[in-house]
Amino acid sequence: MANEVCLRTLDLERPWLLEQYQSRGGYEILKKVLTEKTPPDEIIEEVKKSGLRGRGGAGFPTGLKWSFISRNAPGQKFVVCNSDEGEPGTFKDRDIIRYNPHQLIEGMILAGYAIGATRGYNYIRGEFWEPYERFEHALEEARKAGYLGENLLGSGFDFELHSHLGAGAYICGEETALLESVEGKKGQPRYKPPFPAHFGLYGCPTITNNTESLASIPMILEKGGEWFSDIGVKNSGGSKLFSISGNINNPGVFEIPMGTPFSKLLEMAGGMKDGRKIKAVIPGGSSAPVIPGDQMMELTMDYDAIAGAGSMLGSGAVVVLDDTNCMVKVLDRMSYFYHEESCGQCTPCREGTGWLYRVVHRIETGQGRQEDLDLLDDVAGKISGKTICALGDAAAMPVQGMLRHFRDEFQYHIDHKRCMVGAG
Amino acid sequence: MSTSVVKDVTELFNPEVRAEIDRWVAKYPPEWKQSAVMAALRIVQDDNGGWLTTDLMNDVAAYLDMPAIAVYEVATFYSMYELKPVGKHKVCVCTNVSCMINNADTIVEHLEKRLGITFGEVTEDGKFSLKEVECLGACGGAPMMQVGKQYYENLTPEIVDAILEGLE
Ligand SMILES: Cc1cc2nc3c(=O)[nH]c(=O)nc-3n(C[C@H](O)[C@H](O)[C@H](O)COP(=O)(O)O)c2cc1C
Ligand code: SF4
Ligand code: FES
Repeated sequence: MANEVCLRTLDLERPWLLEQYQSRGGYEILKKVLTEKTPPDEIIEEVKKSGLRGRGGAGFPTGLKWSFISRNAPGQKFVVCNSDEGEPGTFKDRDIIRYNPHQLIEGMILAGYAIGATRGYNYIRGEFWEPYERFEHALEEARKAGYLGENLLGSGFDFELHSHLGAGAYICGEETALLESVEGKKGQPRYKPPFPAHFGLYGCPTITNNTESLASIPMILEKGGEWFSDIGVKNSGGSKLFSISGNINNPGVFEIPMGTPFSKLLEMAGGMKDGRKIKAVIPGGSSAPVIPGDQMMELTMDYDAIAGAGSMLGSGAVVVLDDTNCMVKVLDRMSYFYHEESCGQCTPCREGTGWLYRVVHRIETGQGRQEDLDLLDDVAGKISGKTICALGDAAAMPVQGMLRHFRDEFQYHIDHKRCMVGAG
Repeated sequence: MSTSVVKDVTELFNPEVRAEIDRWVAKYPPEWKQSAVMAALRIVQDDNGGWLTTDLMNDVAAYLDMPAIAVYEVATFYSMYELKPVGKHKVCVCTNVSCMINNADTIVEHLEKRLGITFGEVTEDGKFSLKEVECLGACGGAPMMQVGKQYYENLTPEIVDAILEGLE
């Protein structure tokens, strides 16, 4: 049971081409919806039934999000796809766009139909030039085939879709920063409320979903919400793309059922490199608190299991660390990232990420002081929940996780001015 | 910094650049030309050897009917815009965690030694510049780098040499 949804065409020679996508039934469900004029509410119900939760990191139920839009309110509405893919460790949306762009396009059209939007944008991170070109090519094919434009297949429904290229800013993955960015501004998150479902892109009702969420829609509607839900486990419907990297033999993207044991995923990824011992795993992108390796080997890959271990499934980015890694060095690099990427709009995040980085960095470089560990706890606690967007929490959580599980390594660094781990 | 010289916007940029910017403007609602600013900056930057001058930013502002300050804000916010000259080939190396634990530092050291420059610098002949970047979403191919528009993954010093030798 692998590659059944977003990567189901991966075995084809050139799966990104329209003709190849159609050879696997691509666009059939769109045709059916358009010709039978399926009531949009039925589509939203099916998505709710599927148990699909947002694959961008927050895990919000997709069907529920769609139901927040008042479809019949007058004026333009938008569907926005978040292909900014910037959470360190995550590299799955790139593969969806490179290998299955048409399924994403079909999903976006269906989302538009369901919420009454006739325009969409796919926000692709600026560095993804090759995926962007694939996507542009697919858009052109879809337009020629009558799947985009006016009066799709004579149904009276219009849908136009364009890509928007980012230019390097992790924060633009936050959905309101992303909308600001499409409007041609700095990517600074907006205060919520108002929520984008009421006041989104250009002030119009907007839903934003992750690439993987939207690319899952055609299969959910074709095979039914229950089919999708049954692939996974309770509270975690469907399969999920896991980007697994780190000290392993065969890193890559694996689409497997939610609830698959982590040990199985690790095995699929070729196991530990050079037969080393697993030390720790960051299970859901770099914001997800670290989990010790032994504990991780007992867990399954689904929202509840990972949350139960004090972390989160996030974007499904799994970074595997072996016993040669110094956790202080790892956290030093992560804290630098959040400090660099803070948009600077709110004080706890702008100042706090700087504090976290400077304190972790001085511990790493042998300048740590005894009071630093409490200071880190304190600063992290003062950022959490006190910022406009979740980047603040994203910066605090890894620090808290590291101190929870690897405090002794930090203490050793302070006491001995060097690593506990030989290789550090 | 803002200049108030009125320019005929149809005279700005060369025809190819203009056509490309116009293609982007057409993607957005007519009253939201500003949405094309990110694309416009990228297009003029590429056309200018990889970096943006204040004059170019002012021209983009005039062309898109935006205050110049709004263009500067965008140009300084996003990391892919360069406000100083870069090499003909901008070599961007990821040093985030997955790359770091797969020896990104060896790649960085090798590049620094071979090119004789460090992050933020340009080689004397103007051919290469080095830049440290955050996770580029290709951690499965760590360590990795981007040169121009192209990703290069699973790097070793030998592979890096072969890549650099292949660049004009
Ligand atoms: C700092 C930050 C970065 C984010 N980066 C991404 C991203 O790269 N891709 C993504 O889909 N969601 C990202 N998100 C989550 C989005 O804000 C949003 O929840 C998501 O796009 C909604 O789609 P979904 O419900 O389908 O997951 C980020 C959130 C934050 C706070
Ligand atoms: S939490 Fe950080 S990134 Fe988010 S709005 Fe505040 S300063 Fe910006
Ligand atoms: S950490 Fe280098 S590409 Fe993700």
